[in-house]
Amino acid sequence: MLHIVNKSPFDTGSLASVLRVAKKDGGAVLLIEDGVYAAVKSSATEASLKAAGMPVYVLQADADARGLQSKLMEGVNMVDYGGFVDLVAGHDNVQSWL
Amino acid sequence: MSDEMDFEEGGTVKKFMFVNRKAPYGTIYALEGLEVVLISAAFDQDVSLAFVDDGVFQLVKGQKTDGVEMKNFSPTYRALEGYDIEKLYVDRESLEARGLTEDDLLVDVQVMSAAEMGDMMAQQDVLISF
Amino acid sequence: MAMDVNGVSIETDEEGFLVNLSDWNPDVALELAKGESIELTEQHWEVINFLREYYDEYQIAPAVRVLTKAIGKKLGPDKGNSKYLYDLFPYGPGKQACKIAGLPKPTGCI
Repeated sequence: MLHIVNKSPFDTGSLASVLRVAKKDGGAVLLIEDGVYAAVKSSATEASLKAAGMPVYVLQADADARGLQSKLMEGVNMVDYGGFVDLVAGHDNVQSWL
Repeated sequence: MSDEMDFEEGGTVKKFMFVNRKAPYGTIYALEGLEVVLISAAFDQDVSLAFVDDGVFQLVKGQKTDGVEMKNFSPTYRALEGYDIEKLYVDRESLEARGLTEDDLLVDVQVMSAAEMGDMMAQQDVLISF
Repeated sequence: MAMDVNGVSIETDEEGFLVNLSDWNPDVALELAKGESIELTEQHWEVINFLREYYDEYQIAPAVRVLTKAIGKKLGPDKGNSKYLYDLFPYGPGKQACKIAGLPKPTGCI
């Protein structure tokens, strides 16, 4: 399952819930909109994402809009809008955590 | 129609603090808050801005919004000085939790502890939160 | 509303401000000025170009007080005062000059 998170991890518990609940086998996390803030290096959320046990993707346009081009942690995968579509198509199901 | 409103001569000056706690693009709060701040400058009050929690993300350098088709309003924070709004306070813990330092910010600010921020807030006549 | 400039239709709002800021060019400015009954002189252009640079840098149209001060800093006190700017733009350097410069209405302008 592809888990999409669009809220700042400092503002809501969406990402924490994904990381707590999601089945890691076959799972993936896609951070979009304010969700991308979770992937800033040296942030309080970096360790939990590193321990996600699933691939983590970040939507490039949303990271760029927020000035995070050079601030993201290692180990996350950047995707463009085409990559977003591929991720959705490549997973059996998708859950948007609002 | 006039370009600008002015308070009556001799009106009392109050201390206004605008407290920014939201990230810039996920919601409209940051942009709306900034507009209110610019308008408030016309009233010749003692205005300050505080950036706490996700509000610190508003000031991150290098925002580039072409890909999301939204207006990049971050350059406007640099115009505040021209509006005589020079008191920008940033909560240190909020920065640190988000992997940011003062060098990542696009304007000169005063970074302070939670206790100092609390003192600043306590001195205000009016606090408006966005 | 729309106006025709060199055969291109340019959209304006109910107050005459450009709907798409990217539509602006000097010919559009001349047409906008005509609508305000202003004949653009070198002094007008100086203010218009200043406003466009200001917008490019800060992404807002400045309040008139801010504009006056900033012009004084850049072009000298004989130009950075209300009288000079109102003589050029009788309906207000904020509103009228911003309109001709193709900027949005200044924030805080009523």
